[in-house]
Amino acid sequence: MRLAIKRIVFFVALFGIWELIIRVFDVPKVMMPAPSDVALSLKESVADGSLFQDVGASFTRLLIGLIIALIIGVLLGVLLAKSKTADETLGALILSLQSIPSIVWLPLAIMWFGLNEKSVIFIVVLGATIVMTINMRTGIKNVAPLYIKAAQTMGSGGIDLFIRVVIPASIPYAVTGLRLAWAFAWRALMAGELLSTGPGLGYTLKYASDFGRMDMVMAIMVVIGVIGVTVDLLIFQRIEKRVMIKWGLEQAA
Amino acid sequence: MFLHIQNVQKSFTNRGKTEQVLKDIDLHIKEGEFVSLLGPSGCGKSTLLSIVAGLTNPSEGSVLIDNQRITKPGKDRGMVFQQAALFPWLSVEENVMFPLKKEMKKKEAREIAHKYLKLVQLSPYAKHSPHELSGGMQQRVAIARALAMNPRVLLMDEPFGALDEQTRMRLHDELESIWLETKKTILFVTHSIQEAVKLSDRIIVMGTHPGTVLKDIQVKIERPREKHIQEIAQYEQMIMELLKTEIDKVAEEEMKYASSY
Repeated sequence: MRLAIKRIVFFVALFGIWELIIRVFDVPKVMMPAPSDVALSLKESVADGSLFQDVGASFTRLLIGLIIALIIGVLLGVLLAKSKTADETLGALILSLQSIPSIVWLPLAIMWFGLNEKSVIFIVVLGATIVMTINMRTGIKNVAPLYIKAAQTMGSGGIDLFIRVVIPASIPYAVTGLRLAWAFAWRALMAGELLSTGPGLGYTLKYASDFGRMDMVMAIMVVIGVIGVTVDLLIFQRIEKRVMIKWGLEQAA
Repeated sequence: MFLHIQNVQKSFTNRGKTEQVLKDIDLHIKEGEFVSLLGPSGCGKSTLLSIVAGLTNPSEGSVLIDNQRITKPGKDRGMVFQQAALFPWLSVEENVMFPLKKEMKKKEAREIAHKYLKLVQLSPYAKHSPHELSGGMQQRVAIARALAMNPRVLLMDEPFGALDEQTRMRLHDELESIWLETKKTILFVTHSIQEAVKLSDRIIVMGTHPGTVLKDIQVKIERPREKHIQEIAQYEQMIMELLKTEIDKVAEEEMKYASSY
């Protein structure tokens, strides 16, 4: 409870000072909007429903991209963990691709798929697949040898061992991969939408910027941040925590 | 002969040096016998157990059960490790059902799982997750899981080594009563003289570098054994003297190894 009070005081103070500075120095709205302007703009987009449309459109793309990325990531991760040759060749390529932000693929993606949804989804898939692949590979490689020995003494082996022991044993890594994949996908999506086409949060942000509506730009930034934090905190961190406790990797608080 | 460890040798190559871990191990074990492999660390007792389990291949020699040669792990040999090695994604009951799943219906498997959970007095915990159980309870589940597939031999690799003293004492009694009830052949690896004397019909005392059988001792104390304190002490004394030279040897070698760096 003390934590909540501390935070409320902090944010109220922050917004208060921000508002005050804008008013006192009479900063023009196109340079930096005041919190009250941002709130008004937010209210406006909620009232006309455009915000929900944008969020809906962005999430649809995100989900499609994320699901494709997870499927490819899991399969690639399994391949890299199981085949030494694949790990040494394809694995090196994937690691080097990791250092290229997925958004820089957009020019090529637009050439391949056109200036549409598909290009944005492609960027999302690229951003999320690599981190999922790396985590899945690590997860499978780090399965405790004791689990494997124990299963072998119980007559398990081959595919049966893989499905019933190796895959479930690597779930903690897969869950971390999932959480990171979501974070990467969310960032890639916003970048993709900003540079591509709408509807969507990123596109509306760019649209607002073209008309000098910095209050709206900020409002959308707030929405992007809030959604990012909420999903991470309410969904992924919870799942991760539960898995860590159940797998005995972390003590229950 | 039921279980025959036939002239087993095992060497490992480590940094270009070949080290012999087991030398000329030849043992006959009768059905229903409780046999302990006792020795200081480095005598290869766990390696020997692992060979019987089929997890490790001997360099020479072989292990036979009913004249069948062991080449890989199988359900005829249940194994309990020092760590319980329960699968955290399964409930206690599902863990015990793990080895049964392929060969019978779920309902049947569950009945058998419950029978063995009852044997280790953990039926109320069937639906729990392994992480909710204490170390001793987890180890009892591991024993139930190994017994559930009805193996010919139960192999135990220092199963109580990671537990605290009181829990270990209780589990000794429990294991003894399980053994009396099921009449399983048990091959039990330990470095505790007390544990070996308390539980076994027969103790194979092993020496180190290379691991050899020093002495094969029949423990002729009536069960329950707590009442025969004097006889227990005599056995413990005898084994202690037998192992003293071995333990000195290990200490000396460690010193030499340390000073060579």
